[in-house]
Amino acid sequence: MQNMNDSHAPLPSQQSSETTSASGASASTSGERKFAQIPKESVKAHAESIGISEVSDDVSAMVAEDACYRLREVMQASCQFMRHAKRKRLTAEDFNRALRWSNVEPMYGHNSPDPMVFRPTKDAELYFYEDREINLTEFAMETILPRNPGETTVKAQWLVVEGRDKGAGSSPALSEELVQYYDQVTRAILGGNEQLIKTALADLRTNSRVSALLPYFVYLVGEVKSISHDLEALTRLLQTAQALIQNPHLYLGPYLKQLVASVMYCILEPLAASINPLNDHWALRDYAARLLAQICRSGCMSVEGLQKQLPLALQKVLVDPARPLCSHYGAVVGLTALGSKAVEEVLYPQLGTYWPFLQSWMEDRTISNAQAKADAHRVQGAILSAAELLLKTYQQSSSDPHAESSHESSPNQSPHHPDASDFTIGTFGHLLESSGTAGPNSGGHRRDKGPVPITQMYSDLYSFFGDSLAVRVGNGAPFVPAKEDESDQDVEPIIEAGSSAFPSVQVERADLPPMLTFAGNGQPIDLSSMPSTSEATHTTTGGRRTSKRRQSSKESPKSKRARRAPSMSDIFSLSRASQRRRDIVVNIRGGRQVGKKKTKPGALLGAELSRLCRRVPFVGKRKKVKTLPGKVLQPSMGMLL
Amino acid sequence: MADPNRTVVVTDGSNDASAVSGAAAGVQSSPKGEKGAGTDPSKMDQQTLAAVLQFLKNNKLRDAEAALRREAKLPDGNGDSGGSSRVATSGEVSLVLSAYESEGDLARYCEYYNSLSSFIESSLDAHKHELGCLLYPVFIHMYLQLVYNRHEKEAHKFFNRFSVEQEDWHQEDLRTLSTVKTREQMEGNDLMDTFRSSKFVLRMSRDSYQSLRRYLKQNEHRELLSILQDHLFIDVFDGVPRNREQVQATSGAMMGEARRDANKVKVLYGLPKEPDINVPLDDDDEGVEGEDKPKKKKQKKDLLLNKNKKADPNAPPPSRIPLPELKDADKLEKVLSWKEGLKRVPLGRENLPSICFYTLANAYQNVSAVGVSEDSSLLAAGFEDSNVRVWSLSPQRLRTMRNASELDQLDKEADDIVERMMDEKTAADSWLLHGHTGPVYSTSFSPDREQLLTSSEDGTVRLWSLHTYSNLVVYKGHNYPVWDVQFSPTGYYFVSGGHDRVARLWGTDQFQPIRMFVGHYSDVTCIQYHPNSNYVATGSSDRTVRLWDVLNGNCVRVMTGHKAAVHTLAWSPDGRYLASAGVDKNVLLWDIAYGRLLAEMKGHTDPIYSLCFSREGSILASGGIDNTVKIWDVQKVFEEIAGSDDLTSLDRASLVEVGSLLLGSFQTKATPVLKLHFSHRNLLLGCGRYQHS
Repeated sequence: MQNMNDSHAPLPSQQSSETTSASGASASTSGERKFAQIPKESVKAHAESIGISEVSDDVSAMVAEDACYRLREVMQASCQFMRHAKRKRLTAEDFNRALRWSNVEPMYGHNSPDPMVFRPTKDAELYFYEDREINLTEFAMETILPRNPGETTVKAQWLVVEGRDKGAGSSPALSEELVQYYDQVTRAILGGNEQLIKTALADLRTNSRVSALLPYFVYLVGEVKSISHDLEALTRLLQTAQALIQNPHLYLGPYLKQLVASVMYCILEPLAASINPLNDHWALRDYAARLLAQICRSGCMSVEGLQKQLPLALQKVLVDPARPLCSHYGAVVGLTALGSKAVEEVLYPQLGTYWPFLQSWMEDRTISNAQAKADAHRVQGAILSAAELLLKTYQQSSSDPHAESSHESSPNQSPHHPDASDFTIGTFGHLLESSGTAGPNSGGHRRDKGPVPITQMYSDLYSFFGDSLAVRVGNGAPFVPAKEDESDQDVEPIIEAGSSAFPSVQVERADLPPMLTFAGNGQPIDLSSMPSTSEATHTTTGGRRTSKRRQSSKESPKSKRARRAPSMSDIFSLSRASQRRRDIVVNIRGGRQVGKKKTKPGALLGAELSRLCRRVPFVGKRKKVKTLPGKVLQPSMGMLL
Repeated sequence: MADPNRTVVVTDGSNDASAVSGAAAGVQSSPKGEKGAGTDPSKMDQQTLAAVLQFLKNNKLRDAEAALRREAKLPDGNGDSGGSSRVATSGEVSLVLSAYESEGDLARYCEYYNSLSSFIESSLDAHKHELGCLLYPVFIHMYLQLVYNRHEKEAHKFFNRFSVEQEDWHQEDLRTLSTVKTREQMEGNDLMDTFRSSKFVLRMSRDSYQSLRRYLKQNEHRELLSILQDHLFIDVFDGVPRNREQVQATSGAMMGEARRDANKVKVLYGLPKEPDINVPLDDDDEGVEGEDKPKKKKQKKDLLLNKNKKADPNAPPPSRIPLPELKDADKLEKVLSWKEGLKRVPLGRENLPSICFYTLANAYQNVSAVGVSEDSSLLAAGFEDSNVRVWSLSPQRLRTMRNASELDQLDKEADDIVERMMDEKTAADSWLLHGHTGPVYSTSFSPDREQLLTSSEDGTVRLWSLHTYSNLVVYKGHNYPVWDVQFSPTGYYFVSGGHDRVARLWGTDQFQPIRMFVGHYSDVTCIQYHPNSNYVATGSSDRTVRLWDVLNGNCVRVMTGHKAAVHTLAWSPDGRYLASAGVDKNVLLWDIAYGRLLAEMKGHTDPIYSLCFSREGSILASGGIDNTVKIWDVQKVFEEIAGSDDLTSLDRASLVEVGSLLLGSFQTKATPVLKLHFSHRNLLLGCGRYQHS
């Protein structure tokens, strides 16, 4: 009998077809039933193999018929063993059991879980199992021992809690609805349809049922690391992160670190998209920095210890000369976003050493350096903004010692619409409080801590920036954003507020594509129409938000106070040089020092170079900057988290 | 595997005798006239009559052999249903087989079948569905006659032509049937034995029966007539013919429906009142201790005086079955479990249970059985490699007893002697039990959690001590794979059932069974002890569920309706309702009081292997190898029938119209649900082995 079972007949394939049909409750029976059939030729072949040469057709047919019947019977019996073992799959062991109960010796050597290969020979119409010989000596001498599968254990999980899928257990977590929601939202976000993106993000900001999906969305945002070539997608992911942060129903808790890591990545790392100078990765960094500020402000950070780690992480990048300039830029905008205190404590002390380094990039006029030089100008612009923030904060706090406290307690300012100084408090407010200096004393606190008096600081900064600083700071206006936003960001008022930290960068970007603008912009601007007050800045950007901002700044008691503080303004106006020359400002934006009056040639040269650069995307000088993106990333992030 | 039927036919015959004789009486009472008219004595000369002796008491046989045999049976025929009516020494088997010998024109079977089929098709819609049930048994017996008379070619043709027309649920048997192609193969085939030794039961309204009779009169199909007479039992009732749904609800069993008189006996399904327990309640008990029927205990405790006096009218007298005396430990446990029950979460369609799932990881072999102790503190898994492993689900680790010399030194009178007997050094999370030599198909803890029963493919049931983790007794008797074993709720007794088609009742201290429950036409696949210990429910691969009286071993309920093997059963806590499920993926709910089908719950996509009622009986949980747990609102069914407890329509199964009862469906990642169990507090525990890939 067992000979029959591993016979050379085309039996096993049909055997399996019966197996499947036998296990199905209702097999479709179209016409002839398919069962194992053993042809009499097989019987003859078998008889020969065991030494019986003469078998008549009749005999072999009868034997074949009976073998078929026995086989089917055994197969049905084996299905019973499968059922009682509570399995869906028939095993060779089931079949062997059925054989044993029929008092037939079982088949040996077919108990492997892997399917046997049943194939025909090349020359004859003969089918057989590929049953290779195994050298037991080799097998025994094998140095690789099979892995111990471990002790059989029982693990308890919650599958359902009070009728609700728990998810953490062995079940797929999500209901059909949620999965669909996740699917649609992610598809919308990563797709190109503006309208869909807006809708999806708006829903993410407000939907209270997203919490079950939070880990998945956080993971999605974490994908920034794998798509750093695609600025558009990066922006979308950051927007997703922003929406999650803004959703009042979500507790980010354990996921915050992951989100911050993703955002920091966008701020600091030399993205693949940065290689092409046409890519405006600067805007992305700015946006990410604003987002970082927003996360800090959202209040869930204090427990995490991130508040202290973030400035340190940014500092570490800044002081590392091996980092590319775009990383430095990111560090600077990041610090600016974190507020004046971060600028003062981290950026300002570094400036003395960093400035010459930056300078060396900017002054190298070789063609191969063009791109790096342009980058350096960016960094300079960012530092300038940071300096402006710093000085204006000082200006306000010293001109109006109550400004901060009044702001802290000012209820008429929505927390979602803080302006720059609010921002400062929001970010490091708890530090100020912890040092026992509420409102009125904050000025004193500053003086205690930072031995640098404002005049000293100003002159320090002035030595770096020259008149461009005076242009920004000396108008006596509070630090108010010259604002402008990309369409994809303007859906959210909070973005405006956050973006206020980097006026120069934003203006610059408004005039972008970078560099090229300056060539066209070389004409002196009609300044007569431009008031030199804070409104002037707004007017240049125009639009709905501008008017709103203007309104708010008018209403702001702080701004009024600021204007009432002539003493500080005087200091600035004294050192203010040719403040009404717009072209100078433009040149500052181009990164030129004001002292060098050759504005036009410089700008033109820049334009020329940038055109060249466009043809040569890889700038030779880059090599000198030893960037090891992957390597650098790890320690900085590691430190952060 | 083919052999058990030999012995079984013997027992089957003896058991059938009562049923068949009862049936004969039934036929004579109602359709007697028709039968007489239909059976012209001149046509009664077939040897086939030898196999259905009860019919032939008044007929004389021409065949000498048959007459001889009849003579041997004669006293039995006169007696009521004596145990001596067993047929079948192996010589007689061929004799019974010869019942298929036919002189008729076998080639015309196709024509006959066609004629019958078209008659049914053309009959009134009212009768069509009842008459339609005729086709399958007629088809089977025609095929067997063809095969037996060596018309293999015609048989093959006949089979291929008409097998497709049979209902889906018959296809499994038809597959078995189709393997039988020669006369020789008919011998020793389980299913063939069943078909020829038992009658296929059909229930039919009188109107439908009359129309069938007219048809048979018009068409003188002698062969058809003899098949109807010899192999079919038509149970005629007065009333409205059943519609398609009603017919389908109860059809599907291997040998047709249950006879009406099979479910007439009164079943004492109530729960006896608890004995008074005067155990002081310790407040510092630390454990989940438990026994059975917490609901009732709760009532008892709540209304100690009121409820306790009023006995359940449906409850059996406490002394009906001798039950083991309650020990102090048992009483304490009852109290503790009652206390646990007080903390129970009420469940219902608004309050679904929490499910805690125990996944077996790193199992080298497939897990073929899982058992959970009544108090949910222990779990036993049986593996296909013959091992049994016991885990503790509570913080209490599992310890063995100290060795004899250490035990000897203990102070036997100490209060905490049981605790002292245990050896702390041996504490472990699990214990492995070796002993079986085949896959372990079921495990059952004793109520006191001191013993464990396991049944295996090796044909034995083993009793293990959970104090020493060693084998105490091997119960041999089934000789074929034992599919299920279960302790009685009171301990001491247990029931096992297996491939030999017999369910056996044992006492743990006896090596031979106390009762044998014989009557299933195929393997006894699952067993569930009634909460009051007086009855045992068994499910079988003959697609019926039967209820047995432990007192006298009688079959008191036969319930048909499953379309494939039944693999799991569950009693409602009040003992009145029984749920069953299996390979046909449907859960059926039965009212034991009348043996009627109450509801059908569809939704699973693979065989169901576990059922469990919540502790208060309001919801039912089912789980299977489709990796899902489904929760059903059985309370709705109970409410529905409480309103209309109309007993007149018992002849016709009328399903309660309840719409979908499904309350929830919860999927595991890749773990089949082999066991479900509600804790005293109504936490649902599930268990299975994680399946790779």
